[in-house]
Amino acid sequence: MAGFSSFAPWDEPGKKPLIEIKSVSKFFGAFEAIHDLSVNIYEREFFAILGPSGCGKTTLMRMLAGFETPTSGQILLDGQNIGPVPPAKRPVNMMFQSYALFPHLTVEKNIAFGLKREGVAAGEISDRITDIMKLVQLTDFGRRKPHQLSGGQRQRVALARALVKRPRLLLLDEPLGALDKKLRQQTQFELMNIQETLGTTFVIVTHDQEEAMTVSSRIAVMNNGEIAQVAPPTDLYEQPSSRFVADFIGEVNIIEGRCAPAARDGISLAWNEGSDDLRIASDATSQIGTTAWLALRPEKVGITKTRPEGTDNAVQGEVIDIAYLGNITTYHVELPTGAIIKAQESNLQRVANRGITWEDTVWVHWSADAGVLLTA
Amino acid sequence: MGPLERRCRRLVNGMKSTFGQRLFVLLPYLWLLVLFLAPFVIVLKISLSDLAVSRPPYTPQFDYREGWAGIKTFFAELDFENFIFLAEDSLYVNAYLSSLKIAGVSTILTLLIGYSIAYALARSPQRWRGTLVMLVILPFWTSFLIRVYAWIGILKTEGLLNQLLLHIGMISEPLTIMNTNTAVYIGIVYSYLPFMILPIYATLEKMDESLLEAAEDLGSSRLAAFFLVTLPLSLPGVIAGCFLVFIPALGEFVIPDLLGGSDTLMIGKTLWVEFFSNRDWPLASAVAIVLLMLLIVPIILFQKQQEKQELGR
Repeated sequence: MAGFSSFAPWDEPGKKPLIEIKSVSKFFGAFEAIHDLSVNIYEREFFAILGPSGCGKTTLMRMLAGFETPTSGQILLDGQNIGPVPPAKRPVNMMFQSYALFPHLTVEKNIAFGLKREGVAAGEISDRITDIMKLVQLTDFGRRKPHQLSGGQRQRVALARALVKRPRLLLLDEPLGALDKKLRQQTQFELMNIQETLGTTFVIVTHDQEEAMTVSSRIAVMNNGEIAQVAPPTDLYEQPSSRFVADFIGEVNIIEGRCAPAARDGISLAWNEGSDDLRIASDATSQIGTTAWLALRPEKVGITKTRPEGTDNAVQGEVIDIAYLGNITTYHVELPTGAIIKAQESNLQRVANRGITWEDTVWVHWSADAGVLLTA
Repeated sequence: MGPLERRCRRLVNGMKSTFGQRLFVLLPYLWLLVLFLAPFVIVLKISLSDLAVSRPPYTPQFDYREGWAGIKTFFAELDFENFIFLAEDSLYVNAYLSSLKIAGVSTILTLLIGYSIAYALARSPQRWRGTLVMLVILPFWTSFLIRVYAWIGILKTEGLLNQLLLHIGMISEPLTIMNTNTAVYIGIVYSYLPFMILPIYATLEKMDESLLEAAEDLGSSRLAAFFLVTLPLSLPGVIAGCFLVFIPALGEFVIPDLLGGSDTLMIGKTLWVEFFSNRDWPLASAVAIVLLMLLIVPIILFQKQQEKQELGR
């Protein structure tokens, strides 16, 4: 979405964020789950919080819902501190990981639950239920109980139950985790459509980077209670700010070396004595003389049997492993240093035509602007 | 024989159960037949008989040697006299009503106390739960009779409770609890509390806590969440607990005998008196049959309700 439209409120100067998380820390006893975290989330965003388990992403979401209070710092919604507001009084609703559907109530009554608590008039309740059930394609399931539904249908009921309250902010805790892969992919697009139709701000917590990349306008990658990077999916993939982010999002080759001035423009990375320095298109000349890492995506690395002409970087190695995934093939090439470089090729031709096999001596090559120079 | 046919045959053979398997399924039915249905028929027969000074103390006796005529006269002598007597004598009617009232009130008291304890157990830290549940069951390690006797020591005029209350100055004269209905209520609630706690605890403990968070998230207060989510979901445990308390309490004999007074009227006690003091076996059997009917009706209703719920699920 973000990549294909000009929706980027975080770049607009003076734009007021819907949610401001201001240097929030959260302790559980002596354990610090969240460390001095600040981030803004804007209206209509589909914001993903991504990270390995135990990184604090669930704690952050529970603080937004009101189930946990920050030990220090503030969370503002529309400029108002919502720290002391209990979950029941926040214009924030949550879709639980387990869905938390009330097993003793029918689908309709589950969805009506929140509206009844609000004291919405009966006529309006039934109108709003009809509308939301249409939106999540559950029209004929109103009288069923949750256990009579499939996993995908339950997920929709949970979504409908949270959305029918028309929250300012919808929180989704691993919303698709319980679904199988095919259904998950299909549901991702449905979620995006629903979010665009309603214009509600969504915050999704997930450990599935593919899911985060697909649905969100921006992703916050978390590690050890801190945000490692916040960026739209494309920026996160192409311009990771650290080895952690580069490694967490997709596959990556990391080559450690020492920065040196390049003969032409950019920077040279001295990585192995006896090998040519690697050429990197970067203007980080201040890094010269320090240790740095080249992050290189496998699909940007080419592989040939003979030394290629006219590339910026070419390194010789031996094929030790070939992972054939159908649409792509990943070659694991061992360099003289013992390091492994992964090179990926799309299988544009039938696999029988492949010229490279195990224990072949090959050249891996990439252009100067293929990788990113990381300093952390 | 084609491969398909062979496969079908194998399937059918697989479904045929062996003799041993069938016997295993039959065992519980056999158990019920021998230990429940047969005694019931015997008691029912005695209840339709007349009191006699003989051994056993009732007529007619079934005598197979007289053949068909004997069977005929045997059935002709059975009648509902004892049941009619029960219905006409206000003593029995009052005993039934009083038993229903005492069992009902104690069940409600046990439910209120038991639910709070079960709730506290289910909300206690995980590592404590096993120990706490153990403590609930612990009294069963002592004989029921001894535990009821112990209450005499607590409740009597110069008992522990009165001494304590006098000592701290809450009362100036000892309370008369012993040999009243109050003592019976205390005894029943105390004795049957674990039967209420355990099934309720079982339903509360397996309840997903995120349901309560969801209720709160959707705008209900914690109190409302209890009544809208926790209580309905624990209802099966509540019903099971109530039955486990109400049924034995209705026929309770030991507790009213030891703790109750002369004016404590309970059908269990009446039954005892008819059987052992008056040696009127037919009337006592009739009392027992009516008691059983009183219990079976709510059980059948309960079963029907359960079946309906299963179907509706």
